[in-house]
Amino acid sequence: MLQGIAEAFYLILTFDPKLWEIVLLSMTVSGLAVVLGALVGIPLGAYLGLKPERQTRLVSKLLYTLMGLPPVVAGLIIYLLLSRSGPLGVLELLYTPTAMIIAQFVLALPIIAGLTMIGIRSRGQEVQETARTLGAGRFLTAWTVVRESRIAIFGAVITGLGRVIAEVGAVMMVGGNIEGVTRVMTTAIVLETGRRNFELALGLGMVLLVLSFIINSLLYNFQGGGRNGGG
Amino acid sequence: MAGNRFVLEIKNLSKAYDDKEVLNIEQLSFRQGKIYGIIGPSGAGKSTFLRLANLLEAPTGGVVNIHGKRAFPNGADAFRLQREMTLVFQKPLLFKASVKDNVAYGLKARGYPREEIQKRVKALLQKMGLNQLAERRADTLSGGEGQRVALARAVAFEPSLLLLDEPTANLDPSNVELIEELILDLNRSAGITIIIVTHNVFQAERIAHQVLFFFEGQVVEVGETEQIFQEPRDPRTKAFIEGKMIY
Ligand SMILES: Nc1ncnc2c1ncn2[C@@H]1O[C@H](COP(=O)(O)OP(=O)(O)OP(=O)(O)O)[C@@H](O)[C@H]1O
Ligand SMILES: [Mg+2]
Repeated sequence: MLQGIAEAFYLILTFDPKLWEIVLLSMTVSGLAVVLGALVGIPLGAYLGLKPERQTRLVSKLLYTLMGLPPVVAGLIIYLLLSRSGPLGVLELLYTPTAMIIAQFVLALPIIAGLTMIGIRSRGQEVQETARTLGAGRFLTAWTVVRESRIAIFGAVITGLGRVIAEVGAVMMVGGNIEGVTRVMTTAIVLETGRRNFELALGLGMVLLVLSFIINSLLYNFQGGGRNGGG
Repeated sequence: MAGNRFVLEIKNLSKAYDDKEVLNIEQLSFRQGKIYGIIGPSGAGKSTFLRLANLLEAPTGGVVNIHGKRAFPNGADAFRLQREMTLVFQKPLLFKASVKDNVAYGLKARGYPREEIQKRVKALLQKMGLNQLAERRADTLSGGEGQRVALARAVAFEPSLLLLDEPTANLDPSNVELIEELILDLNRSAGITIIIVTHNVFQAERIAHQVLFFFEGQVVEVGETEQIFQEPRDPRTKAFIEGKMIY
C-alpha cells in the first residue's frame, strides 16, 4: 500500500506521459463541457431568474430534477442518440471525446442554469429595473444583471465543473474508456483498480483530489471574497 | 418639442393587478420646471403611478405622453422617451461597485466620452458631499449616504423629469435637509421637473409648488401647495394633512 502511494507520486512527479495524457484529456473534456454549459446555462438561468416565480414553477422543478440526473442515465441517453442505429448515428461520434463532452454538457447544464436562476432571482428583477431607469439598453441591462450576480454565477460554474470532472458513468458509456483516445481519470481509476494496478489508480485518484481541492478553493475564496467586498 | 410645456401628460390611466384595480386617474398634466409633491396613505397607488410614468410597467389602459410625444400605447420612441427621465425607487438598489461607478452608470449607458464622465462624476460627488466616498463599495454605505448616491446617479445624466419615491424615508434630519436642498437646487439651477412622493406632508409643503393627494388609486385633489394646505376642498384631503385620517 505504502509502496503504491510512493509509486503514484513518482508517476506524477516524473510527468509520466501515460498518466498526464489521461489528466489532460479529463480537463479538456470537462472544461469544454462546462464552458459550453455556461454559454447556454447562464443566459437560460438569467432569463428564468428574471421571470416571475409563478411563471417558471414547472421549469424550475424540471431543472432541479435534472440537477440530480444520475450520470449513467445521461450517458445512456446520449449513447442511444449517438449509437449507430440512433437518430444521430450518422455523425459517428460514439466513443469519441466529442461524445463525452456532449454527455458532460448535459450533466453540467442544469446545474449551471439552475444555480444561476436561484442566484439571480433574489435581486435580478430589481437590478433590471434600476438599469432601465438609468437608461440602459437591452444588452447593458442583461450584462448588469449578470454582473450583479457574478458570485452566484461563478459558484454555479465551479459546481458544474466539480460535478462533471468527478463523474464516471457518463464518460464510460459514451467514451468507452479507449486507451489514448477516450480514457479519462475516473474511467482509468476504475480500469486500473480492476487490473490491480493500484499505483496508477492511486496516482490518478490523487491528481483528481488535488484538482477537486483547487476547484473548491477557488469557489470558497471567491464566495468569501464577495462577502468581504472583493470580487 | 419646443414650446410644449408639459413634460408628462396622462389620460384615463388605469392599472390593475390580477383584476384588482389599484390606480385610476382621469387626467393629469405636469408642467416643465415645477416640483410636484404626491401625498396619500399607504397603498394609495403613489409608487405605482411613478412606475407607470417611468414606463417601467405598462398601464392596463390609458395614454401617457412625454414631452408631448406618445409613450403609451404604441409609443414608437418609448425607449428614447424613457431615457429623458429617471426614477429613484423607494428603496434604491446600488450596484455592487464603487460609488463612482454607480454615479457614472447612466452616463456610460448613454455613451458619454470617458473624460466627460470623469469630470461630471467628480463635480457631482463634490456637490453632494460624497467625494470622500468615491472609491467605496456602494453596498457598504449608510442609509443616508446610499440615498445621496442614488440621487447623484439619477441626476448625473441631467434627466428632464426626475421621479422620486420617498427619497428621505428613514433618514435623520440633517440628511433630510441635505436632500431637500439638493432637490430645490436641481430644480432651480437646472430647471429639472420633479415629482416627489412623500409620506411626510410637511416635506411636500416645504418643497413642492403643486400638491396631489392620492387616495385609493384616485387623485382626489390637485392644487397649489398653499391652497391644498390652507383650504383643501375635499374633506379627505383635509383629514389626511391634519393627520386625522383613519385608514
Ligand atoms: N406587483 C404588484 N402586484 C400586486 N399588487 C400590487 C403590485 N404592486 C403594487 N400592488 C398593490 O397596489 C396598491 C398600490 O401600491 P403602491 O405601491 O403604488 O402604493 P403606495 O401609495 O406607494 O404605498 P406606500 O406609501 O406604502 O409606498 C397596493 O394595494 C399594492 O398592494
Ligand atoms: Mg410606495
